Amino acid sequence: MNFSRFENKSISLEDLESNFQEVEPDLTQKEAIDESNRCLYCYDAPCIQACPTGIDIPSFIKKIASGNLKGSARVIMESNPVGASCSRVCPVEELCEGACVLNDASMPIMIGNLQRHATNWAMKNNAELFKQGKDNGKSVAIVGSGPAGLASARELARLGFKVTIFEAKEKAGGLDTFGIVSFRLPQEVSLWEVEQVEKLGVEIRTNTTVGKDISVDELVSGYDAIVLAVGMSTVPMLGIEGEDAEGVFDAIDFVETTKTPPMSRDFVGRKVAVVGAGNTAIDAATCSIRLGAEDVKMIYRRTEKEMTAYEFEYEFAKQDGIEFEWLTQPTRIVTDEKGKVTGLECVKMELGEPGEDGRRRPTPVEGSEFVMEVDAVIKAIGQTRFVNLIEEFGLNHKWGVVEVNLDTFQTSNPKVFAAGDVIFGDGQGEAMVVTAAEQGKQAAYAIHKQLIGETESAAV
Amino acid sequence: MADLRTNFAGIKAPNPFWLASAPPTNTGYQVQRAFEAGWGGAVWKTLGDPILNVSSRFAGTSYNGKQVMGFNNIELISDRPLEVNLQEIYETKKKYPDHAVIASLMVEPQQEKWHEIVKKVQDVGVDGFELNFGCPHGMAERGMGAASGQVPELVEKQTMWAKEAAEVPVIVKLTPNITDITATALAAVQGGADAISMINTINSLAGVDLDSWNTIPHVAGKGAHGGYCGPAVKPIALNMVAECARDPELNNIPISGMGGISTWSDAAEYMLMGAGSVQVCTAAMHHGFSIVEDMIDGLQNYMDEKKLETLDDIVGKSVPKYSDWGDLDLNYKVVARINNDVCINCNKCHIACEDTSHQCIDMLTAEDGTDYLEVREEDCVGCNLCSIVCPVDGAIDMVEIPNGEPMTWNDRQAAIKQTSTSATELA
Repeated sequence: MNFSRFENKSISLEDLESNFQEVEPDLTQKEAIDESNRCLYCYDAPCIQACPTGIDIPSFIKKIASGNLKGSARVIMESNPVGASCSRVCPVEELCEGACVLNDASMPIMIGNLQRHATNWAMKNNAELFKQGKDNGKSVAIVGSGPAGLASARELARLGFKVTIFEAKEKAGGLDTFGIVSFRLPQEVSLWEVEQVEKLGVEIRTNTTVGKDISVDELVSGYDAIVLAVGMSTVPMLGIEGEDAEGVFDAIDFVETTKTPPMSRDFVGRKVAVVGAGNTAIDAATCSIRLGAEDVKMIYRRTEKEMTAYEFEYEFAKQDGIEFEWLTQPTRIVTDEKGKVTGLECVKMELGEPGEDGRRRPTPVEGSEFVMEVDAVIKAIGQTRFVNLIEEFGLNHKWGVVEVNLDTFQTSNPKVFAAGDVIFGDGQGEAMVVTAAEQGKQAAYAIHKQLIGETESAAV
Repeated sequence: MADLRTNFAGIKAPNPFWLASAPPTNTGYQVQRAFEAGWGGAVWKTLGDPILNVSSRFAGTSYNGKQVMGFNNIELISDRPLEVNLQEIYETKKKYPDHAVIASLMVEPQQEKWHEIVKKVQDVGVDGFELNFGCPHGMAERGMGAASGQVPELVEKQTMWAKEAAEVPVIVKLTPNITDITATALAAVQGGADAISMINTINSLAGVDLDSWNTIPHVAGKGAHGGYCGPAVKPIALNMVAECARDPELNNIPISGMGGISTWSDAAEYMLMGAGSVQVCTAAMHHGFSIVEDMIDGLQNYMDEKKLETLDDIVGKSVPKYSDWGDLDLNYKVVARINNDVCINCNKCHIACEDTSHQCIDMLTAEDGTDYLEVREEDCVGCNLCSIVCPVDGAIDMVEIPNGEPMTWNDRQAAIKQTSTSATELA
């Protein structure tokens, strides 16, 4: 994100939808040409190494400079089937742009913005970038249509597999479609990526929950391979009194409500407390502001130093006027006689010795309890796992984190592969869209290798 | 502060920055605006028999997103009545007596035509003439401009005819559309020219439109070659200036240099290579007349820094350094050295050397895991390619390596010849 390029728009209390428009405008043609020409076209470029999907960044940038936007979009999407989404949500400062050699000489190239420019061109021009492969007679079922599932499906379809995706929600795209704030990632971008995959002959069965609408056994017996890409589930319970009160929300569900109009007017003028300090917590807070909340506080039991949100997310939240209550732990949700939230009782914390994860463990300061006057509490303290489904598949896992071979993404069942957030955690993987996409791709290649063998023709 | 006053073959001007004969000097209004902006002189757009122009006329070439790397035109000489031009020249000269106003002329290669126009224009008070033997398009099809400028006899004769009538200095402007420009330069000298100027534009086709498949520019779907100028032609023009400056047969004739001059540093390079004044067109057409301010300021600061007082201290000072290949020292050796504290690891030097030169830059990893580049000096031929492609100043130095006594190709051939002669004598 490049804050200086943000459109300086104040929050409208009348037109809430307008608050959710993409916050950073696309590069103009001239900006794109100037910026792409600034790229040095490094050899063995560090930006490529820094991209989890290994996009040939100098190549796609050179193509923008030469006016070959279709070629540019093809290079991006070739390596990353959700490259249009990633151009908006990747922590580029920590990946490609952070690796740009120009960091040391002038300013890094705006790789994310150039990637967005090229993929925007492809979206606007309805460019056909890939073709379905010749039918190889094998079928694969993919559970979940988020970044990992889509990436896997795209590569498998190009390799000639008959691919069916099972998606519990009414639309495909997973987190990219429902879980990332609209002003960063408009839903149509994710749906375009879904459409690209469908155009390769992939069938997406939406409103179909595996384990309910179709059994695990049916999948295992009906397909030659399965990719489990279900991501993560709801936010866990805080475990405090009042959690079922009216006005307590799950951050993931909350963000989802802002993805499609109409916007709820329930937050206009309200006081909101967001519990947690990760990227989802920031999303919940910035969405609250855009829904017209008057006062938004983020409550975190540790300090600024330990917060897990990206630096630019934190910056973004600060610019939105969000307040931070560090070293604060909620202890009770206060409600009125009708069961509506009126306050959040908290206790101040102090940091003690580092725990197992290396982070200093917070402990309550005795007698420091206080009540914060709020109308809504949004929980964003992580996500639970689809443990039941994983167990129905009979896969080895640790607290819902499916164990895989990190080269092949094969699970303890040789027929079942897993990618994305379902394997993230416990020191395995990264919770980024871009890593999920890469894992999905790698799972597809491993399935191809297992079922067809290496000698067969590569993807078309 | 350095004194930029110029006396070029007897033509005096407050500074050596003149507008070349071209669209910027089409009218009195423009030339007067230019003098107000600081230009020391102007060569009026070529006068001759009335012509007709076409629309459109110009095309620019871009490079890596930058406009006007080069510039192409199919405009002809002045399309205004001679009387109007003469009236405006008279008024301009009266208003700016200290600035150089030079009239560019082009007529058919006939003695009386030259006498007639020189006399007519001289009467309004110009400081000098520039004979346009270089315009490569349109006029050349009628036997003028480059067509006559490519034939040494015609250059000599027409110069002579102009000189017969001229009472002010005559500059002969040469075309680069010729194999050896010193041949036509010599013809100009033999015709009695007081000075020469170069280069006129180079035959060019700026491009082809990939949608319409029309030429760029085109006139109702048809194109014809134009003349190319602008930054892209500077090295070509600079060589021609230098070749003329070092040619003993040309006898140090004053040279007005032009071709891609955009900044004071371009001008200083031309001056070092023998240009006593410089002419500018494309840069002014790209940015307007105000660019002359930094040309003057920058040149003065440069000269002050180098402790140079007048233009005589700079003009031609690099000419003795320009020679023939056979006079270059075969034993001189430079090698590339990479400063890893400045290097940003873009690896452009490596791939340039690996793919297209002498495969002597290695990409290595230090014990601490940091990547670095290193030149295998024993394999480096000192070609400069790595330092040319390096995007960071100071990351690659070309370092001189002691390598024995100087020995040129010519020395070597002479020595071989001598050895074989003495061997023959001994036998």
